[in-house]
Amino acid sequence: MSSIADTRAPTVPHRRMPAATSWTLSIAVVVALLSLLPLGFVIWAGIVTGWDTAVQLIFRGRVGELMVNTVLLILITIPICAVLAVTLAWLTERTDLPGARLWSWLAVVPLAVPAFVHSYAWLGLWPGLNGLTAGVSISVVAYFPFLYLPISAAFRLLDPALEDQASSLGLPPFAVFRRVVLPQLRLSLCGGALLIGLHLLSEYGLFAMIRFDTFTTAIIDQFQSTYNGVAAYMLALVLVACCFVLLGLEAALRGRRRYARLGPGVARQVRKVRLGFWKYPALILPLGVAVFSLGIPSLTLGRWLIAGGAEIWRTDEVWLALWQTLVICIIGGIATAAAAVPIAWLSVRRPTPASRFLEGCYYLASSMPGVVIALALVTVTIRVILPLYQTVATIAIAYVIMFLPRALVSLRASIAQVPVELEQAATSLGRSPGNALWSTTVRLAAPGAAAGMALASLGIMNELTATQMLAPNGTRTLAMAFWALTSEIDYAAAAPYAVLMIVFSLPLTLLLHHHSKKIAGR
Amino acid sequence: MTELKLQSLKKTYGSVAALAGVGLTVPSGSRTAIVGPSGCGKTTLLRLIAGFDTPDDGTIAFDGETVASFEEQVPAHRRNVGIVAQDGCLFPHLTVADNIGFGMKADRATKLAKASELMEMVGLDRAMLSRKPDELSGGQQQRVALARALACRPRLMLLDEPFSALDTGLRAATRKAVSEVLSAAGITTILVTHDQAEALAFADQLAVMRAGNFSQVGAPRQVYARPVDAETAMFLGEAIVLPAVVGQGRADTPLGSLAVDDASYTGKTQVMLRPEQMTLQQSDTGAAVIGEMVFSGSTCEVLVTLEGEGGPSFRLDIPSLSPLASGDRVAISVSGAAHLFR
Ligand SMILES: Nc1ncnc2c1ncn2[C@@H]1O[C@H](COP(=O)(O)OP(=O)(O)O)[C@@H](O)[C@H]1O
Ligand SMILES: [Mg+2]
Repeated sequence: MSSIADTRAPTVPHRRMPAATSWTLSIAVVVALLSLLPLGFVIWAGIVTGWDTAVQLIFRGRVGELMVNTVLLILITIPICAVLAVTLAWLTERTDLPGARLWSWLAVVPLAVPAFVHSYAWLGLWPGLNGLTAGVSISVVAYFPFLYLPISAAFRLLDPALEDQASSLGLPPFAVFRRVVLPQLRLSLCGGALLIGLHLLSEYGLFAMIRFDTFTTAIIDQFQSTYNGVAAYMLALVLVACCFVLLGLEAALRGRRRYARLGPGVARQVRKVRLGFWKYPALILPLGVAVFSLGIPSLTLGRWLIAGGAEIWRTDEVWLALWQTLVICIIGGIATAAAAVPIAWLSVRRPTPASRFLEGCYYLASSMPGVVIALALVTVTIRVILPLYQTVATIAIAYVIMFLPRALVSLRASIAQVPVELEQAATSLGRSPGNALWSTTVRLAAPGAAAGMALASLGIMNELTATQMLAPNGTRTLAMAFWALTSEIDYAAAAPYAVLMIVFSLPLTLLLHHHSKKIAGR
Repeated sequence: MTELKLQSLKKTYGSVAALAGVGLTVPSGSRTAIVGPSGCGKTTLLRLIAGFDTPDDGTIAFDGETVASFEEQVPAHRRNVGIVAQDGCLFPHLTVADNIGFGMKADRATKLAKASELMEMVGLDRAMLSRKPDELSGGQQQRVALARALACRPRLMLLDEPFSALDTGLRAATRKAVSEVLSAAGITTILVTHDQAEALAFADQLAVMRAGNFSQVGAPRQVYARPVDAETAMFLGEAIVLPAVVGQGRADTPLGSLAVDDASYTGKTQVMLRPEQMTLQQSDTGAAVIGEMVFSGSTCEVLVTLEGEGGPSFRLDIPSLSPLASGDRVAISVSGAAHLFR
C-alpha cells in the first residue's frame, strides 16, 4: 500500500489567483448578474408562455417585416457611418483642411442632440418624413459620432513611422492607407460600429416619431396598446437574437491585439497631408455633415422658439425638470462608470474566456430595449423587493444596465493604452498590486473613466422610456416633458426642453472630445 | 549599387536648424557611418534621404539622378530606399512573414519562400515566421526589420541607431550579422549611431556630425588619429589635449618635448594624444602622480596628474595586473607623434 502512496505524483500547489483579481472578478460577476436580470426575465416569460404559443408569435409575417426593417437599417446605416467617420477623421486629423479643429469639434457636437430631437427637427422641415430612408438618414447624423470619436482618437495614436516605413517599402499613399492605417483602425471601427448597432436596435423615440417600425417600437406599441406582455416578450427574444449576432460579428472581426506601441522611441509629430487642389472642395464634407446634424436641429428649434415666444418658458416647470434631470445624470453617471471599472480592467489585463463572457453579458444586457429593462425591474421590485419600487436605486441600476458598455469602451481603450509593464514596474518598486494598479493604470486611465462617465450621463439625459417607467413619483425629466409635449403635438412648448437638453449635453460632449484628445497625448 | 550625393542640405524646424547645409558623397557599395550626439540632426538627414521629409534647400542625388531638390521631390515609395529604425518599426498587425513580404510584389508562395530565405540570412529561425512582432525580442525585431528592408532589394540602406535598443552582447552579434549581410548584398549603406566604437568598426567612411553639420568626414583611422578639433577628438574616444608651443616639428608640452604630425606650424596651440600612445613607468623621479584607480576587469582606469601648479590630469586604462598603485610617482613615455590642432 505504501508503495502506491509513494509513487503518486506530488500534489502541485494550486496556483492561486491574486486577491485583487478575484475581488475584481467577483464584483464584475455581481454586476453581470444584475445586468442579466432583464434578460432572465424575458426568458422566464418565454418559458412561461410555452413552446406552441411562442412559435406562433415569432414565426409570423409581422416579425418578418420588423426583421427586414431592422436588418436593412443596420446594414445601411453602419457602413455609411463608418465611411463618413473615417473620411472625416482622416480629414480633420491628418490633412491641412482649413479649420480642422473646428470641424473636429463639430463632428462630436451632434452627440449632444438627443436622437428623438433629430427626428423632431427633421419633421419640422419635412413633415411627411417616414420609412427606411428617413430612418437611415437620421440615424447616420445622430450616431456617426460614436464612430468618429474612437477613430479620430485612433488616428492620433497611430505611429506615423509605420506609414513612413510602408512607403519606403514601395507602397503608394492609398495602399499605405489600406494596408497599414485601416488595419490599425479596426478595433475602433468594430467598437464604434457595435455601439451604433446596439443603439439602432434599442432606440425608440427616433423611429417612433417618423413611424419607422423596428422591434423596439413594436414592443412598446404592444405594451401600450394591449398591456399584453406575451407578444412583446417574444419580440424581445428575437431582438436578443439580433444582438447576439452583432456581438458575434464584432468579436470575430475585432481580433485581439494590443493598442500599445511596439518598442521604445517617441512617436514623431504627424506630418499633415497637403490637400492641394482639394483643400477647399474637401470642406464640402464636414460642412454638409454639420448642416444636417446641427443646422437642421438649430433651424427647427429656432423657428419654434421664435413662434412660441416668451410664453413657452413656463419657468418653474422647466427649471424643475432641469434640476431633476441633472441629479439623475450625476447619480447614474457615477454608478455606471464605477460598475464598468472591474470588467474594463479584467478584459484588458486578465482576458480570459470568463472575462469575455462577462463582457458579452453586459453588452447583451445593455442592448435590451429600455422598456424591457424597466419592465423587468418594475416586476421584480413589485414582486420581490417592494421597498425598491420607483426609487433612485432602481433607476440607477437600470442606467448601469443600459449604459455600462459606453463607459466600458472608453475605459477599456484607455487602460489598454497604459502598457502593462508600467503596472509591473510599479509592483517591482515595492507597491502592493492594488496600490500599483492605483498609482499607474487608474491614474493614467482616469481620463477614460471621465469620458465613460460623460458618455453615460449623456445617455441618461436623453433616455426616455425607462426613466418614465422607473423614476420616483413626481419626477419629470427634460426628456419626459419633451416627449409628452410632442405627443400632444405641442411642438412649440416642447422646444425649450430640447434646447436645455442640448445645452446641458454640450459641455459633456465637449469634455468627451477633449478627453479623447488627452488620451492621445495631445 | 548606388552612389549617394548630398549637397548643402538644409532643414529647419521652427527656430531649430536641424540640418545646416550638409554635403556628403557615399560611394557606390560602400558603408558610411554618421556619429554625433543626440539631437544633432542624424535622423532628420536619413528622413530626407528616404523621402519622408522635404529639404528646405539643397539636393539629394542617387547615381547622379536628383531625387530631392527645391523643384522636385521623388516620393518615398518610388525611391527604393530601405530604412531600419531604432525600434524596428514592425507592423504590429502582421506576422513576421507578412512583415517581410510587405513590400514584395509577388504571390504568397514566392513571398513566403523569399521570407524564409531572408530569415536564414539574418540568422533567425524560420519557425518565427508565423509569430507576431510583439512575440519577438528586441534583437529579433531588428533582424526582421532588416530582412523586411532587404526583401525589396533597396538601392540604399539606411540604419538609424538600429542597435541602440539592444544590450551589449546582442548588440555586437547583431551588428556583425547585419554588416555581413549588407556586404554580401553589396548595398550602399549609411549607419547612424551615437556609439563611436560601432561606427569605427562598421564604416569605410566616417562622418562626425555636430549641430546640423559635419565637422569631419574621412576614413575611420584618419578621423580618429587626426581629428579637426578637440571636440571631434573627444567624441571618437578618450583624448588628452595639452597646451603646446610648437616649432620645427616639435611641441613643448607639460609632458616635455613631443614630435608633432605637422611640421609646418609654428606658434602656441593645442596638441592631442590618444591614451594608447602613452606608457606609464614607475619612477621616483617621474613627473606625474597616480590618483584614483577604478578597477574594471581586464583594465584599470587611473587618474594621472602632472606635477606643477594646475598641472593637467587625464585618465588612462592600464592592465589591471600592473603593479602601479594609487599615490605612485610615474614617468610618462609617448610613442608616435602628437596630433596638432591648427
Ligand atoms: N518633426 C520635428 N519637429 C520639430 N523639431 C524637430 C523635428 N524633428 C527633429 N526636430 C529637431 O531637430 C533636431 C535634430 O533632430 P534629430 O534629427 O532627430 O536628431 P538625432 O537623430 O541626431 O538625435 C532636434 O533638435 C530636434 O528637436
Ligand atoms: Mg535620432
